[in-house]
Amino acid sequence: MNMELSRRTFLKTSGAGIAGTTLGAFGFSEAEAAVASAVKPFHLVNTTEARNTCTYCSVACGIIIYSKGDLRKGEKADIVHIEGDSDHPTNRGTLCPKGSALRDIVKSQTRLTQPMLRKAGSNAFEAVSWDVALDKIARAMKDDRDANFVATNSDGVTVNRWLTTGFLAASATTNETAFATYKVVRSTGILAFDNQARV
Amino acid sequence: MTNAWTDIKNTDLVIIMGGNAAEAHPCGFKWVTEAKANRGAKLIVVDPRYNRSASVADFYAPIRQGSDIAFLMGLINHCISHDKVQWEYVKPFTNATFVVREGYAYQDGLFTGYDEEKRDYNRDSWEYEIGPDGYAVVDETLQNPRCVWNLLKEHVAIYTPEMVERICGTPKEAFLKVAEMVGECSTPTKTMTSMYALGWTQHSKGSQNIRGMAMLQLILGNIGVRGGGMNALRGHSNIQGLTDLGLMSNLIPGYLNIPTQKEPDFTTYMSTRAFKPLRPNQTSYWQNYRKFFVSFMKSMYGPAATAENDWGYNYLPKLDVASYDVLRIFDMMKNGKVNLYFCQGFNPLQAFPDKGKLAAGLAKLKMLVIMDPLQTETARFWEDHGTFNKVSPADIQTEVIQLPTTCFAEDEGSLVNSGRWLQWHWPGGSPPGEAKTDIWIMAQIHLRLKELYQKEGGAFPDPIVNLNWTYKDPGEPTAEELAREMNGSVLADVYDPVDPTKKVLEAGKQLSGFGQLRDDGTTAGGCWIFSGCWTEAGNMMARRDNSDPGDAGMFLKWSFSWPANRRILYNRASCDVDGKPWDPSRKLIEWDGAKWTGYDVPDIAPTAKPRDVGPFIMNPEGTSRLWVRKMMRDGPFPVHYEPFESPVANVIAPKIRGNPVARVFPDDWKTFADIGDPAFPYAGTSYRLTEHFHYWTKNNHVNSVLQPEQFVEISEELAKDKGIELGGWVRVWSKRGELYAKAVVTKRIKPMTVDGKIVHIVGVPIHWGFVGAARKGFTANTLTPFVGDANIETPEFKAFMVNIEPSTGPVVA
Repeated sequence: MNMELSRRTFLKTSGAGIAGTTLGAFGFSEAEAAVASAVKPFHLVNTTEARNTCTYCSVACGIIIYSKGDLRKGEKADIVHIEGDSDHPTNRGTLCPKGSALRDIVKSQTRLTQPMLRKAGSNAFEAVSWDVALDKIARAMKDDRDANFVATNSDGVTVNRWLTTGFLAASATTNETAFATYKVVRSTGILAFDNQARV
Repeated sequence: MTNAWTDIKNTDLVIIMGGNAAEAHPCGFKWVTEAKANRGAKLIVVDPRYNRSASVADFYAPIRQGSDIAFLMGLINHCISHDKVQWEYVKPFTNATFVVREGYAYQDGLFTGYDEEKRDYNRDSWEYEIGPDGYAVVDETLQNPRCVWNLLKEHVAIYTPEMVERICGTPKEAFLKVAEMVGECSTPTKTMTSMYALGWTQHSKGSQNIRGMAMLQLILGNIGVRGGGMNALRGHSNIQGLTDLGLMSNLIPGYLNIPTQKEPDFTTYMSTRAFKPLRPNQTSYWQNYRKFFVSFMKSMYGPAATAENDWGYNYLPKLDVASYDVLRIFDMMKNGKVNLYFCQGFNPLQAFPDKGKLAAGLAKLKMLVIMDPLQTETARFWEDHGTFNKVSPADIQTEVIQLPTTCFAEDEGSLVNSGRWLQWHWPGGSPPGEAKTDIWIMAQIHLRLKELYQKEGGAFPDPIVNLNWTYKDPGEPTAEELAREMNGSVLADVYDPVDPTKKVLEAGKQLSGFGQLRDDGTTAGGCWIFSGCWTEAGNMMARRDNSDPGDAGMFLKWSFSWPANRRILYNRASCDVDGKPWDPSRKLIEWDGAKWTGYDVPDIAPTAKPRDVGPFIMNPEGTSRLWVRKMMRDGPFPVHYEPFESPVANVIAPKIRGNPVARVFPDDWKTFADIGDPAFPYAGTSYRLTEHFHYWTKNNHVNSVLQPEQFVEISEELAKDKGIELGGWVRVWSKRGELYAKAVVTKRIKPMTVDGKIVHIVGVPIHWGFVGAARKGFTANTLTPFVGDANIETPEFKAFMVNIEPSTGPVVA
């Protein structure tokens, strides 16, 4: 086994599909088994692909998300890999040091998984149900709005504003989320409405 | 961005000033590399640090943070005095020839109408002279001493190369080299592109920094052309979209305005929004404002918005101040005037200035609601983290509700990139645990609130109970439903007024573009500038044809770009007055004798004759503006103002502190270090590292390994002065707070000489906090001052004063 064999020569000699046989002919049978046992199956086998956009800066690099399970079939999908989309005109498949580690932010240990409540004066969060959390929020909004809504100013002009509650909107949510958020927030008369554009 | 990322390849000269694209936007910066490699383009970097953009630049010039306007006005002065002006562009396409009315003047850093007590101007004199024909007076010969060009020449005369060196610390020779390279782009066949980011916006005069470069680009004829433009490199994946959709105190989607209380009814509101052309034949496209507004109200309130109730005008809140921006609301919070606060994917305890003040505000809330995919410092502001967040939880009565949301990989919809492309994306994974989409959460809040108002009544329930919410599943509208709503649709059949048998618009159909919007309630449209994104032909944002005819870099069949799928704004200006491209090798559009055609969607009516209609169709002038009338609070021309904390007094106006009209809350003056205060002798600045994204990636293992630990960056000279060693601990403090970090002693930062004084710079990367996978660190905003830009309140994060000393590191509790 002291012969030099480049990858190119090897491929030329062996050819796809008959590799095993040819390897055998070269007297590689033991090596073949050793190599085969060490080779991990390609990790994107049996994954589904979804086209998406990097969540960080506004270069908006195209990405492909590979998952086990297919959301389109109503299955649970577990993301196993994210890489640059080489069809994308802007990034042409490349990603930066942040984008290259996107899977890690999706899978971060500090992802939130259930609604939590921190009571006044407490030193810890406790888990609550969605219904409890949302009912509390709606009740607090209603009570504060009813108590502090300004229907007219001192000159008697109708102003219909609510200044004791504020809403800070995101920077990485979709336009569709943003529009739904706009409608809900503005309908209450909130003026302390802002987003991350300034920072 | 006026242009697109892919268009940067078309440039001859890139100037990166107020940003650091190689580190902050690496995959966009590749187009600079393309331009350098394929066109022989040059790169200039002007920055306080010799950063990684500078390391591949053809020329680097240092500048002291907060002095950019002096540099930019210096460049304009150089171009004017050396005749580096593209006259064939400047005369017809800018307001250089417009005559300004008597009464307007500028002297010693102030324009006419200043009121020191109000920190505001009466801007009435900042207007054109209007002739007997009702149009603005122009002087094509540029002889009138009151025409914009002559006023500009006079305004910038003080910014000589010597003055630039004195204010900016940029050696005169370096400035002149930049001026020479920039001046070459005044020919019709050479273009420069400006790439900037937070390095320009995060100042108390951030808007005027950007105006300064925009004026220079107009003088060089570089707006509307391939390889040119003003390119804001935006920082978050959809911050462009959220701005477009008006999620701000004073905005309605598509850059319309929330009314003020001086506009009690719709007629008064519209009376200042006529946008009558200021020159004959001009488009003045904002004349359609009423159509955009009424269609928006139909989208918001459906059948409840009627002609009789002025389309629900009173459903909108009316402002009593310019805006309730984040700085104002946190000031109100600290003063006990806010009870409830929502943070949706936002970590204000780190993202706004003066952490101490922010935390004091949060502690006065009754309830704080967090919606986020990740843990944030804001959600845990009440938690004791020793020296990193020293608080006593028992003393904080704020109730905090933390709601888990999906992230990008788990939801569907569109994002607007920096170049205004609306790109659709699809989910790839299931949300963790009980996480829900923000749309579901907002819908659930709305439905519960509506139910409470229906059951109990209460304060003005009308806009809540009448909100148009006709989604198939009201509990969770789909991305498609919302996108179609933003695009707009026909509510009732519309017939041709000339031939009533002809149906022009059919009820129930999607609009093909904003040209179809109407002001009579027959159309609805959530965001006029997005119209065309989801038409009868389907979802235009999901298009993935990456062909690029003419190798122009436009990619018209990839996604959808607002407005009207146009890739370069003002592209009519890529041709001369007769409609011939300035540079035939870089044709964008052209006049073929009957219409405009080319590689981009023309930014002008398709059959508008070249000499009749000016290229800047949104402006009543039909031209761009070198002088901006009364549209900015701090002046129609940019003026150099020092940061609120500065090592030196303002050389050109020694009596003026900071930007004279920037808003400062009464309690905050005492938190600013005095000018030249010996207790805070070093010029601090904040910035980002290529391995981290704001305060997110510290939650991410890989990035936390790449840059695990907080540091500050100082010059070898300062390190020697202070006895600080590379890798040693230092304490950095401002008048507002302190942090401990390791010192990186570097050649990348050099001391500068400013007005005869040596100024050292302390660089403070921002990425650390007390939650996440990285080592705990201090939030950089413990140091920064609570003051924003005079026009849009972006905080002054880039220029503040600090002190520094060697230390043994933080005491861990």
